[in-house]
Amino acid sequence: MNDVDSILRSFPDAKRDSLIPILQAVQESQGFLSREAVVRISRHLKMPASKIYGVATFYNQFRFQAKGQYHIMLCRGTACHVKGSAKLQEIICKQLKIQPGQTTRDGFFSLEVVACIGACGLAPVISINGEFYSSMTPDKVSALLDNFKQKATSHEGN
Amino acid sequence: MITLHANNRTIQAQEGETILSALKRAGISVPTLCHIESLLPDGACRLCVVEVEGQRGLIPSCSYPVSDGMKIQTHSPRALRARKTIVELLLANHPDDCMYCHRNDSCRLRALAAELGVQQRRFGSTPVDHKIDLSSPSIIRDPAKCILCGKCVRVCEEIQGVSAINFINRGSKTVVGTAFNEGLNVSSCVNCGQCVMICPTGALVERSQAEEIRAALADPERIAVIQHAPAVSVTLAEEFGLKPGQDVAGILNAALRRLGFKRVFDTSFSADLTIMEEASELAHRIRTGGPLPMFTSCSPAWVKFIEEFYPDFIDHVSTCKSPQQMLGAVIKNFYASRNGIDPARIYSVSVMPCLAKKFEASRPEMAPDGRPDIDAVITTRELAAMIRMQGIDFTSLEPEEADHPFGERSSAGKLFGATGGVMEAALRTAHFLLTGRELDPPKVTALRGLSGIKTATVRIGDLDVNVAVASGLANARQILDDIRSGERQLHFVEIMSCPGGCIAGGGQPYQTDPDRLRARMAALYEIDRQAPVQTSHRNEEVARLYEEFLGEPLGERSHELLHTHYHHRDVMQ
Repeated sequence: MNDVDSILRSFPDAKRDSLIPILQAVQESQGFLSREAVVRISRHLKMPASKIYGVATFYNQFRFQAKGQYHIMLCRGTACHVKGSAKLQEIICKQLKIQPGQTTRDGFFSLEVVACIGACGLAPVISINGEFYSSMTPDKVSALLDNFKQKATSHEGN
Repeated sequence: MITLHANNRTIQAQEGETILSALKRAGISVPTLCHIESLLPDGACRLCVVEVEGQRGLIPSCSYPVSDGMKIQTHSPRALRARKTIVELLLANHPDDCMYCHRNDSCRLRALAAELGVQQRRFGSTPVDHKIDLSSPSIIRDPAKCILCGKCVRVCEEIQGVSAINFINRGSKTVVGTAFNEGLNVSSCVNCGQCVMICPTGALVERSQAEEIRAALADPERIAVIQHAPAVSVTLAEEFGLKPGQDVAGILNAALRRLGFKRVFDTSFSADLTIMEEASELAHRIRTGGPLPMFTSCSPAWVKFIEEFYPDFIDHVSTCKSPQQMLGAVIKNFYASRNGIDPARIYSVSVMPCLAKKFEASRPEMAPDGRPDIDAVITTRELAAMIRMQGIDFTSLEPEEADHPFGERSSAGKLFGATGGVMEAALRTAHFLLTGRELDPPKVTALRGLSGIKTATVRIGDLDVNVAVASGLANARQILDDIRSGERQLHFVEIMSCPGGCIAGGGQPYQTDPDRLRARMAALYEIDRQAPVQTSHRNEEVARLYEEFLGEPLGERSHELLHTHYHHRDVMQ
């Protein structure tokens, strides 16, 4: 939380128009927007927390849970959509029991849906912790998640 | 003055006003869903669109200014078609369960659908999966029925200065919710219910205890008693189609007995009791230099507000319980023991104009030894529904008196129902307590009326007492900030959470028309004008209660039963 305070100090006399830059800076440093962070920002800007939450949920870029050990980015751009990314999203959400923007309860996975990842030639594409997985199919993505889950649990066992 | 033509009639308008307001004055009604008269236009619902000659598209009349010679058609086929389509689109993902909806007969959306001739579902869509928020003791929120007009958000922010709710998410996923979409009970919501009052649909309704009350009434082991608040008797008539501003206190007593309550008490009695304690507390604080200004404590939404937003002012709030809770305490203690009744058998109900009273009754401070002073709270609206359910013909009842020993009231206690009333009542008694003489005249004109903030300086003995009255919590905020900055030097401040006071409480008959409020207020002041006893310290039953049981104001027993304490609430604000 000290980070949040130091970020807020770098926005002295900030008004409500600084809200989005502040939210971005906090997410950059913390990985997500926690309740505590929102409370601090609300005190700093003298803005109700419900307003801040309203603004933050308007944009896809903000998340309210810490990222998982494996952060999945699912591309929902045009090319990926045509090649079946909607189905991939369904499979991921079902298998991990989370919605976009959420993190699994064990903390292993988090899912973020992005408009276009910029790799249309590899469609449909997902990235996990920055690494790209191309030409995904429902079976491939499901196996991939199993694989990572195994990795995470065995890692935890050590 | 501007002249314009509406529906081929010539009408007058003032420079700068909106088409809607000019039309309203001319008796032409254009429907709205998102418009709030006292606030700036929002222009979100588009239901108020009209045709203006020379303009290509339809014009939202709520936010478009009049101009000279303007030619308007308010109900042309094109305008009507647009309105109908808007309502049909709103209904596309609205639940079809009007039959089971709390707002059924009072739903604005349903009324509009009927008015505009919507006979079938034209647009279908998959309903969004919403959770009903049952977390609050006062308010139930069902986002599935929300049409996103935004009135609740605006009232909460602009009138109440609370901002517990806001629009969250985007596009088709938009809902109205609290920060982090949690339950209202953990938000900064103060339970005032102004959102319930203004909601056009069943998305926001009160949490009802009527079922529980019916069960208690039917239970031979329990003795059900009831009290009714000062503001209920001047609004209940509206629920039965009578004109606003009629005092039906006597009929109300009769109706409550018909419902099966063994004893019917008047909360105005304990309002007098509150004044005895509160005026004594004020006199004590003035004499001893205790924390001043002192704030009134009878509006439970205001109490929660200060606990959340201004914890450094908690010492300034009078420690007096509200009249509801004072009467609850004396019923279960004095009344029970004097009549040889086991307090556990008493089921104590109150009829209140208020949703926050439900919250107040559930506060742990209001249940000494775990036994609540008040068991259930119903609103004016819920009471009317109970009366209808039991088949009682309200208009043919003969007036009856309230029961003793808590049935007598001064008109000062009755004034609690309007903004400024508690202050006026307290000044009358404080004047007597401090000087031994009556305040002359007893009427404090500066504190009457519907303005959001009123101030006065009243001479008591050789002291000029500066007082302020605010209603609507955004106005309370302004007073608190002025006190903090040293801009206002005050001795005593009355705050009512709802704009206009309890006559406009969140539990009153659905309305937002200022003329109705004025009629309700006028009824209370008329009661005061005609009353033989206008001051709380002349209430003989209150005097007897002190003599036989309580001792003296601020005494040991008063302290134990009639006073309470507050604490800082750390909620997300």
